[in-house]
Amino acid sequence: MYLLFYISGAVAILATVMTITRLNAVHALLYFVVSLLSIAVIFYILGAPFIAALEVIIYAGAIMVLFIFVVMMLNLGERAVEMEGKWLSPGMWIGPEILAAILIAEVVYLLSRPPVEVHAIQYVEPREVGLALFGPYLIGVELASMLLLGALVGAYHLGYRKPEALENPDADNTDATRAAAGGDLVRAGHDRPAGAA
Amino acid sequence: MLSIIRTLWDVFLHAFRKRVTIQYPEQKAYLSARYRGRIILSRDPEGGERCVACYLCAVACPVDCIALQATEDSTGRRYPEFFRINFSRCIFCGYCEEACPTYAIQLTPDIEMGEYSRQNMVYEKEHLLISGPGKYPDYNFWRVAGVKIGGKDKGQAEREAPPTDLRSLLP
Amino acid sequence: MISPYPAVTLIAVLFGALTIAGGLVWAERRLLALWQDRYGPNRVGPFGLMQTLADMIKLFFKEDWVPPFADKWVFIMAPAIVMFTVLMSFVVVPFAPGIIISDLNIAVLFFLGMSSLGVYSIVLAGWASDNKYALLGGMRAAAQMLSYEVFMGLSLMGTVLLAGSFDLVDIVNAQRHMWFVVPQFLGFVLFMIAGIAETRRLPFDLPESESELVAGFHSEYSGMKFGMFFVGEYIGILLVSSMITVLFFGGWRGPVLPPIVWYFIKTCFFLGFFILLRAALPRPRFDQLMAWGWKLMLPLSLANLLVTGAVKLAFFH
Ligand code: SF4
Ligand code: SF4
Repeated sequence: MYLLFYISGAVAILATVMTITRLNAVHALLYFVVSLLSIAVIFYILGAPFIAALEVIIYAGAIMVLFIFVVMMLNLGERAVEMEGKWLSPGMWIGPEILAAILIAEVVYLLSRPPVEVHAIQYVEPREVGLALFGPYLIGVELASMLLLGALVGAYHLGYRKPEALENPDADNTDATRAAAGGDLVRAGHDRPAGAA
Repeated sequence: MLSIIRTLWDVFLHAFRKRVTIQYPEQKAYLSARYRGRIILSRDPEGGERCVACYLCAVACPVDCIALQATEDSTGRRYPEFFRINFSRCIFCGYCEEACPTYAIQLTPDIEMGEYSRQNMVYEKEHLLISGPGKYPDYNFWRVAGVKIGGKDKGQAEREAPPTDLRSLLP
Repeated sequence: MISPYPAVTLIAVLFGALTIAGGLVWAERRLLALWQDRYGPNRVGPFGLMQTLADMIKLFFKEDWVPPFADKWVFIMAPAIVMFTVLMSFVVVPFAPGIIISDLNIAVLFFLGMSSLGVYSIVLAGWASDNKYALLGGMRAAAQMLSYEVFMGLSLMGTVLLAGSFDLVDIVNAQRHMWFVVPQFLGFVLFMIAGIAETRRLPFDLPESESELVAGFHSEYSGMKFGMFFVGEYIGILLVSSMITVLFFGGWRGPVLPPIVWYFIKTCFFLGFFILLRAALPRPRFDQLMAWGWKLMLPLSLANLLVTGAVKLAFFH
């Protein structure tokens, strides 16, 4: 078990490092997916299979797909890779580096002290997760869901366009389009600039 | 929703219909006599070659796959010295048949002409020439044409008046 | 209840799944032909059964080509992901008592997780091909599979509520008296529709839609890489049919015949049904598909969950 834990931990760290250093956005996201998957494995090993499954379904399977979807739509080319390369200059990462160094120092300090009492790995059933979520943490769940609902409504509002603002308001009714064009979908001079042969 | 279920049911019922497939090599499809398949050169009812080597078919052919060379026998009857159709180019349009003034070149309802070697798709005259008159059993070009050939003088063709004797004073 | 010889089960399931997927290619072509008044492949071997084998030999000997403009490693990896995820999902499917590779207590979630990872294969294939048709296919796949995943999960929760467990063996055992299709009919319909969308089968094959996008996300794939997408799709159908059987139709339960045979009969029925859907229904437009998913299916699955929960709370507590 410990071996598996360390292996997946190492994979997670490695993948995260690769996520930061990759210049190609999709490659970086793929490494991030691997890192999330290895974290899911760690959750499973630590006795929380429910969280592991949710990690895979929600983070790796839904959120990251959305990220990749967006990156695909942006059509980043060579120029974006160049720009990423510039951003990875020492000037950019010196700040995060210092903060991370503080964390590492803390970890080293903790490791150098006599080990804390480690609890045996406790297996958490899905049922217990549910009971905890809707028992003691009910307020938190409700607040989070309220926040998400707000975000949902906001996103809908931003993305909403009035039907008449669409390029082709008759997209749902091809018969109507055809009637306007007099039975001829491609009207002469309608979709061609004037003067074009 | 209902229409979807109905569609499913209707399509399912097709399982019990008669098949439309013809199991080809064992079972042959009916091809009409006018089907445009393998090209042949026919003979007239007397057994002579119908083709008079007029090149009309070669000119009409949109893909230029007919090659022939005209020649004459001692009596003045024209015939092709060689006649070659490259079937790997032929599109079986039938224009050659329409262009032919003598019904010599005809398309037949034979489609089984696959070959492994492309060279074998080039048919020479001996491959094209059949022994019968094909689709027009009674027609004989030389019997209706006013040309003089061996065994038939001017004026001897069907429905042809004898030539005018220029030296005679009779009306 | 895990079988005493896990390795044997593993190999049997692996080979069984792959063989059935191969046979399914043949069965699909024969059935489609049956419903279109044709015969289908009937020449290679008895009843044309060897057709798949012949196709496979052909695929193996095709040139294994990676387009020079493609993102090479992602391009190669994409077809492997789809095979991996669908085959992994079979780990939790209980075929019969004792014939299951791993009896996870979060089996339903594992299945959902694997199917959500399967999206990557299609999306990455579309992106890595660097071809506008493939990209369009990939984007369609991302949007479609993501949306339908949402209520695929939700439609299962009614069943999970009734059985009180995420464990598929428990779910099958909970159907001792009544198949869950009776109390969860809506859930069954929703799950089946989501399952078709998840496996990108007609009528929801918009990522591929060969009549508009060449071949969609796998336009640039050839040889065995294409073959993996192909087989992956068929194993996917097999998986969804198995899941429908297990979740809604009592899995292996049935009188007289041995359990595995029952499981087989039920699964085959749904396989045939999927093929009938392909034979009969036209493909919707993409915006119709998305609108349908979010505006009809999602509210329905939420309502189903709510009502199931309320009824269970009111009467069985
Ligand atoms: S059928 Fe058409 S293409 Fe063929 S030889 Fe005759 S004219 Fe040429
Ligand atoms: S086949 Fe007919 S058209 Fe062709 S050269 Fe002979 S007579 Fe003329």
